[in-house]
Amino acid sequence: MAEHEDTTHVEHEHTTHSQIFYIAIGVALLILTATTAAVAFVNLGPLNPVVALLIATIKAALVVIFFMHVKGASEKLTSAVVVSGFFFLAILLTLSLADYLTRSWR
Amino acid sequence: MATKAASPVIPVNQTPKLNYLNNGHGLKSWLLTTDHKRIALLYLVSVSIFFFIGGIFAMLIRLELLTPEGDLLSADNYNKAFTQHGMIMVFFFLIPVVPAVLGNFLVPLMIGAKDLAFPRINLLSWYLYITAGILFLHCMLNGGVDTGWTFYSPFSTEYTNTNIVEAGIAVFIAGFSSIFTGLNFIVTVHRMRAPGMTWDRLPLFIWANYATSLIMILGTPVIAITIVLVAVERLFHLGIFDPRLGGDPLLFQHLFWFYSHPAVYIMILPSMGVISELIACFARKRIFGYKFVAISSMAIAVFGFLVWAHHMFVAGISLYAAMIFSFLSFSVGVPSAVKVFNWTATLYKASITYATPMLYAFGFIGLFTIGGLTGLMLATIGIDVHVTDTYFVVAHFHYVMVGGVLMGYLGGLHFWWPKITGRMYPEGWAKLSALFVFVGFNLTFFPQFILGYLGMPRRYWQYPPEFQVLNVLSTAGASILAVGYLLPMIYLLWSLRYGPIADANPWNAAGLEWKTSSPPPTFNFDETPVVTWEAYNYDEIPEKELEAPVAR
Repeated sequence: MAEHEDTTHVEHEHTTHSQIFYIAIGVALLILTATTAAVAFVNLGPLNPVVALLIATIKAALVVIFFMHVKGASEKLTSAVVVSGFFFLAILLTLSLADYLTRSWR
Repeated sequence: MATKAASPVIPVNQTPKLNYLNNGHGLKSWLLTTDHKRIALLYLVSVSIFFFIGGIFAMLIRLELLTPEGDLLSADNYNKAFTQHGMIMVFFFLIPVVPAVLGNFLVPLMIGAKDLAFPRINLLSWYLYITAGILFLHCMLNGGVDTGWTFYSPFSTEYTNTNIVEAGIAVFIAGFSSIFTGLNFIVTVHRMRAPGMTWDRLPLFIWANYATSLIMILGTPVIAITIVLVAVERLFHLGIFDPRLGGDPLLFQHLFWFYSHPAVYIMILPSMGVISELIACFARKRIFGYKFVAISSMAIAVFGFLVWAHHMFVAGISLYAAMIFSFLSFSVGVPSAVKVFNWTATLYKASITYATPMLYAFGFIGLFTIGGLTGLMLATIGIDVHVTDTYFVVAHFHYVMVGGVLMGYLGGLHFWWPKITGRMYPEGWAKLSALFVFVGFNLTFFPQFILGYLGMPRRYWQYPPEFQVLNVLSTAGASILAVGYLLPMIYLLWSLRYGPIADANPWNAAGLEWKTSSPPPTFNFDETPVVTWEAYNYDEIPEKELEAPVAR
């Protein structure tokens, strides 16, 4: 990742290096997918969805950070888009939980 | 671009200047165009077709409700009629109409750009819309859907035997078309403004479309994935909404309304932007409190995401959550009221002309105020419990979505018609149809407030005989409204050939779009404009011969 940042002006090296790098990320995603499938066959009780969601979050983070070039993007607009995406997800979760956590009949 | 010699002094009858309409003929030049103005026209034709189809279903509903007995449609067919009406009008007309037609045409023109940032994505957005539309029509012809436009589970996931999955895919694809439009607008407004066009000089129509784009990008993925979840549960019985499988039926409503409430602001915000332009022009004044109106658009976009569960007060959400959402729903009234008060304050001591677009703007203010205030009534839990799923709600959202969005759209379409086509519409007919729309609309929907208050539930094809008088009034109003909508379809088409030729700025309006010829050249401006003035600088614009706009 360090090279990723300081090679912004050396366009050529940047691309040749990242090709392998992106393939590695792709392989990591495939391994994580296989892990999700494998874990589904192990009975962890209530921890099953927790593990599945954890792996899914890591995968999503890999895609957003590397494939979508959020890491190393100099545009302020890019970070604004990412931050607002999480902000609105937080709104969805918080206000939904305001219902789920306070239901008297639960 | 090369023909710089073409200046406004050249008589229009001589060799016509190359513009976006005569620059290339034939089907291919339209279907493969990346010109934002041509794509806007493609959208104009397609949303008009869907509006027409949705309108036919509306008439079927109103005809069925003319009598208390279920005599025209069977109960099942009535369910399908209001579902097709709702889905077509919401997903294929109201959401794309102002951004994709007027926004597509005007956003680059108003900020002094040559095109949108991603012209091909813009064309792709239209193709996605058409794909979704054809899929939906196919679904409709194969029996349609009967869940209401809201797809509520468990009916949609478990019980109905209609084409939920196909309709869902259509809505999913239409959602991406909307995301692409929003993405294009945001990047264009950020990156392609002409020199001097700072954020505080942007026309309010741009601010409104920018705010709309935020909702499109942040909200639409949620509905897309929610519909996928419905399909997954329906097809593979995965427990997402079904409590027997560990799901939660209210989760659907939370996810659905997280998008679909802000979707109302996707519809109304661009229309509000149109109204700001119209009022400034026909009052010959800068909008009172420009910054507040601009910021209120952004505030509506953000607050709009905090209020969704007011659709669920009787569905079984916790009282605590209901109180929070009730309070937040009131808060969205503040930026909406800022707009209404600032528009009316603009009119104070203004020199107002009553051209057709201005009539629509007045209609918007009145109808939106009624729609908004009844919205506050519905945000009050105590009232909402009584009128949930009655005609009161139906009347309320039609006042906002039809009284608001359509008034803004028709006003804007008339206002920019000379820019879009180079021809004026016939003013007399236009005023008459604006009157038909206003009277017909109120006669259709005002009785529904009373019906709902008296307890008539929505989505039933029969009703007790004591409700008949008000229902007859409503159906009569719908017929007048239909005439009011058909008239513009006819005279606007007529004006394409016979309308008086419009000059570059027939309204003597401020705004960059009026500084280029009508219709504009393919790349909008012969020279990139440099902006040195504030938006709506009507005090600096010299009075023109006033008879020019009113071409008969």
